[in-house]
Amino acid sequence: MTKLTGDNIFKCIVAVIAAFAAIILIVNAYVLITGSVRVFSVSGFGFISGRSWNPGASTFGVLPAILGTLITSGIALLVGVPLSLGIAIFIVEMAPRAVRVPFSYLIEMLAAVPSVIYGLWGMFVLRFWVLDYIETPLNTYLGWFPLFSGTPTGYGFLTAGLILAIMIIPTIASVSREVISAVPNSIKEAAYGIGATKGEVIHHWVLSYGRSGIFGAIILGLGRAIGETMAVTMVIGNAAGAKGMPVSLFQPGQTLPSLIAGGFFDSQTPLQSSAYIGAGLVLLVISLLINIAAHVMVTRVLKVKGGAIE
Amino acid sequence: MRTNIFKKLDLHSYKLRKFKNKIFYILCLSCIIVAIVPLLSILFEVILRGAPAINLQFLTGNGLHGGIGPAIQGTVILIGLTGAIGIPIGILTGVYLSEYGTNKYATWIRSINDILTGFPSIIVGITAYSLIVIGLIGRFSPMAGAAALSFMLIPIVARTTEESLKLVPNSAREAAMALGIHRWRTIISIILPSAKGGLITGTLLAVARIAGETAPILLTIMGSNFFFQGFSAPMDALPLRIYLNSQLHTQIAQTQAWGAALVLILIVLTLNIGVRLASNNRYRKITR
Repeated sequence: MTKLTGDNIFKCIVAVIAAFAAIILIVNAYVLITGSVRVFSVSGFGFISGRSWNPGASTFGVLPAILGTLITSGIALLVGVPLSLGIAIFIVEMAPRAVRVPFSYLIEMLAAVPSVIYGLWGMFVLRFWVLDYIETPLNTYLGWFPLFSGTPTGYGFLTAGLILAIMIIPTIASVSREVISAVPNSIKEAAYGIGATKGEVIHHWVLSYGRSGIFGAIILGLGRAIGETMAVTMVIGNAAGAKGMPVSLFQPGQTLPSLIAGGFFDSQTPLQSSAYIGAGLVLLVISLLINIAAHVMVTRVLKVKGGAIE
Repeated sequence: MRTNIFKKLDLHSYKLRKFKNKIFYILCLSCIIVAIVPLLSILFEVILRGAPAINLQFLTGNGLHGGIGPAIQGTVILIGLTGAIGIPIGILTGVYLSEYGTNKYATWIRSINDILTGFPSIIVGITAYSLIVIGLIGRFSPMAGAAALSFMLIPIVARTTEESLKLVPNSAREAAMALGIHRWRTIISIILPSAKGGLITGTLLAVARIAGETAPILLTIMGSNFFFQGFSAPMDALPLRIYLNSQLHTQIAQTQAWGAALVLILIVLTLNIGVRLASNNRYRKITR
């Protein structure tokens, strides 16, 4: 029997407060599940596989939004990962000591900019860059190819994906930076010792040693990209239902978060609100799976130790 | 590790290898430049397009007079409420994880915290909306916004607290123990004060990040043209005002959105840069 000393009381109090994180997770899951019961009981599995979002006919399907989420996140990874890795490698292995800190400050500033400002910039600046320099030329010369078809407006999957790419750079770059710094010096020295150039050391030894950690960093970035709401909502064009079924990269579409943010308050019926909450539940499941995977990979590599007192 | 290392390196063409190395260096350097261009462009555009909107009337007037006073006030209120709820809980969670965190329960909490830091913000908004706006209060409320934001703040603060407490050397704990000081007393009077710098840095950075969140408050405080009207009425906030105005297609509304963006980015970046300059470099790695 533990005695009721000040120490034990204190420990109990902080232990109970620490449970708050678990409570937040459980409450979120509970609210989303109970809130979406109605739409799942009406539409069943059709809610996930359905393409039409028609409140008038009470048919709700989130397939276009799921695909839109995957496509925008895919573009974000395709563009963001090479950039982030280049940045991490440059900062850890190549940059002169004097510019290392300023460069990492600048990259971290990217994480400090609020997402709504990314969205505003995306609407008024990036959209026109994408429209003038990517979409119009591609559409003019390769318009017969489904991916580049349609009328380019600048609002759509491509712009959303590119905004996400910029937004996930700081996440991926900072974790990969830690992973790359964690590569033991002896490995690098051995490689230099047999005459490898810096590029070869990084390519063949550093990146292969840190492979699983970098993979974890990428998954972490993917988690961010999937959950990002405002910036995407502002540039993706919000085409509801079957119209948002992705065919072309230039067409307006929908992601799960943008579907919710864009329409939540337009709900006319309880069933429709429930459908938005159901979309939230799908998003929750996807993001939990991805974040758990990332967490497992990153902690295993960086060997995060528990507690200050071992 | 590898037996055929020499096969990988084509040892005969030294010049080619040097050249490839150069190319690799240039590629990595250009990555960083490509990433900095958007940052500079954002700052440039926000200042250029936002500055013309800024004047006293704009900063202090209410929404009906074309001002963002309610939004600035709302953001300050939200930060205050969120901080009051989230910071104590976050810090105590961090204390538990750092000082008692070797058991299985703590490992679970730590993992859940990590997972929550990557949680989609819109989901937190739905939860706060369903629980507080629909359930508890019955209307849009600053409290719902603060609850949603503190759901996001707690995991970040807990994490940075744990990391800063871990930097306090164990010898400090052992010395306190040798003097016969209670563990809770050690934590409150010795460990927390010596980690003060890291705690303040981490907390302020977390607050700066929360201040710019839009999705959770979009669903909970609704937006309003008027100054604070109590805890069961809609309220405005800067990120929300930027979003709502950006959706209007008039020149005035958009200029106001840029003006509000300038104010918001000034708040966020001042907090960020100020905190980083003021704090010791060794706390930097905990702020991702």
